[in-house]
Amino acid sequence: MIKPCRWKAFTLALAATLALAAGDAFAEGNIKVAYTDPLSGPFAQVGDQNLQQLRYIIDWVNGRGGALGRKFELVAFDNKSQPSDALLALKSATDQNMPFIMQCSGSNIAAALIEAVDKHNERNPDNRIIYVNCGAVATELTNEKCSYWHYRMDAHVGMKAETMVRALPKDVTRVYLLNQDYLFGQSVQRDVKTFLAKLRPDVKVVGDELIPVGKVKDFSPYVSKIKASGAQALLTGNWGPDMTLLIKAGMDAGLDIRYYTMYAHLGGGATAIGPQGNGKVRSIMAFHENIAVETGKTDTEGWTRQFRTQHKFDFYAAGFRTIFEFLQAAINKAGSTDPNKIAAALEGLTITDLLGHQVTMRKDDHQILSEYFVGVFTKGVKYDSEGTGLGWKTEVTVPAKDLDQPNTCKMKRPT
Amino acid sequence: MELLLVSLLNGLVYGMLLFMLASGLTLIFSMMGVLNFAHASIYMLGAYFAYDVSRHLGFWPALVLAPALCGLLGALIEMHGLRRVHRNGHIAELLFTFGLAFIIEKAVQMIWGLLPVPYRVPAALDRTLFHVYGTNFPAYRGFMLLVSALMFLAIWLMLTRTRMGLVIQAALTHPEMVGALGHNVPRVFTTVFAGGCALAGLAGVIGGNYLVTEPSMAFTMGPIVFVVVVFGGLGSLAGCFIASLIMGFVQTFAVVLEYSLADALAAVGIKITASTPLAELLTIPLPRIGALLPFVMLIVILLFRPRGLMGTRDT
Repeated sequence: MIKPCRWKAFTLALAATLALAAGDAFAEGNIKVAYTDPLSGPFAQVGDQNLQQLRYIIDWVNGRGGALGRKFELVAFDNKSQPSDALLALKSATDQNMPFIMQCSGSNIAAALIEAVDKHNERNPDNRIIYVNCGAVATELTNEKCSYWHYRMDAHVGMKAETMVRALPKDVTRVYLLNQDYLFGQSVQRDVKTFLAKLRPDVKVVGDELIPVGKVKDFSPYVSKIKASGAQALLTGNWGPDMTLLIKAGMDAGLDIRYYTMYAHLGGGATAIGPQGNGKVRSIMAFHENIAVETGKTDTEGWTRQFRTQHKFDFYAAGFRTIFEFLQAAINKAGSTDPNKIAAALEGLTITDLLGHQVTMRKDDHQILSEYFVGVFTKGVKYDSEGTGLGWKTEVTVPAKDLDQPNTCKMKRPT
Repeated sequence: MELLLVSLLNGLVYGMLLFMLASGLTLIFSMMGVLNFAHASIYMLGAYFAYDVSRHLGFWPALVLAPALCGLLGALIEMHGLRRVHRNGHIAELLFTFGLAFIIEKAVQMIWGLLPVPYRVPAALDRTLFHVYGTNFPAYRGFMLLVSALMFLAIWLMLTRTRMGLVIQAALTHPEMVGALGHNVPRVFTTVFAGGCALAGLAGVIGGNYLVTEPSMAFTMGPIVFVVVVFGGLGSLAGCFIASLIMGFVQTFAVVLEYSLADALAAVGIKITASTPLAELLTIPLPRIGALLPFVMLIVILLFRPRGLMGTRDT
């Protein structure tokens, strides 16, 4: 009686070992993408939600054949929002010969990565790496600081600011700017003013404020000031608590104006704003789930609905899917996973994204050009956000050609 | 005038919220000499407990239950953690609470997730109390003021009118003497620590839905509370109260007053132009650095009056 059992166990163990070995062999062939963002600390939520959406997307891309018959594999590194930790992640990625490193959060980290990637690629021509920027949006990164190895797959601050200005209705002529006092907030401030002067000279800036990042707990004094200024709209690039607390204080004080934000649609925004924000809060975005409903893209709607049923939050990172579709297309076009060839294939590449729009990776500065939207947070939409009963509805669509801003990049291509 | 009145109200509400948070900390700090780094974490736990309780039983039970839970937790921390560490001196205690703050933050992230939770103002208070020149004054802020005022009164009565309070007060100024007189000092310590945590919990219940309940709320609220405690002075509840209000007003008015150092210098006849050395620095308007003013004040008071505003003893 014992003997067959032993045999059975042995066969099982053998099978398991073989399966494991096969798994390993398979992993060798995967196309590895290093991903570094804060996965711990106060901004962990950003990295965590990105990661879950990235995994969902990668499973989908792999399900459709990956690239050259190989699968994508994401390797996450926590950078605790520190450039030094991001550089460690880069080191680790290059040590393992990964062709891509991806980073979304923090333009200061992005600037450090660009520099380090440039240096590494110059010194190691046979082990190069491509930096996929999925959300560090300081305009400089594709202008003065532009690099051949850096591909920005998100609209930059200038483009977001222009979208915001283009979305202002004709009857809004008095606006208030409030931004965070660091690289990103200051560039929002500068760019919004530039585009107001260019596109809407009739609009007067009645207030222009910079606040220390993450230090303000009570925004009521700012709200009083905004109210006293007689502004019809508030334009802000604030994110995280600086955005939610500001809007909350505005709602509490009954400040009945239009709130234009860049990040209210990201995780936690809807919960913090709550039902009071109905019809008041707007966000500049590349995607929201109701766009698919509005434009009748049922396959995309089904795809994001499936994410919803599997996760505790809604899907917002359509841009990440575009990224992997780009990588997939570039690798297939290059016929190789050699970063030198992929980089060349990425330049000027155009694909169709999940909403059916043409998206281009501009050759001059490696800045992606895509459609952008302004959504309003409102009742009565098919897909609500974070169980609040309210969700995003498209108010304005800005076509990609309107956002094709000039750049000052002097790209140095490898010889 | 309009802005002045609204700002006064704003400053008062914020100052009172700070006081709720700082009063517990100042009691613990003065009494035990422990700068409790986990205090703001208990405040955060108060908000999360209140969120959970209010989902099942409503806001009003949460107002009592959440602080009680925080108090209980505080008592456990003191009896099983701090007391043990106490033998190794204050630095060990400080480091203990420092570590605790991180553990609580991680625990909150694991239990309630990384996103803000929808902890909202109860329907009964979700309306406007009165209008000041067209700005709404929400009923909930009135409620906050009421709760914090009652709390101040209760602590003050407890400290001055009860036997326990007298012992605590004595221990605030002469901890060794109280022990020498045969009072059960450890029990007093436990009570004070638990009480302080309950107060932080109460601040969490009130502040969690006024602001946003999320895992980084402790991290962002912590530093300012320390400033209040040190600024107000050791062993002084009144000092803590005054310091809280000062911080509330300073932060509120710093936002509203569009002046810079250059303006102040211009008033005494010194003109600042772009070529003046440090012109960048001198022309920064007050609102941009408003949130840093409390820390400037902290440094100034440590340099010139180390015992704090109304402190009764040094160290």
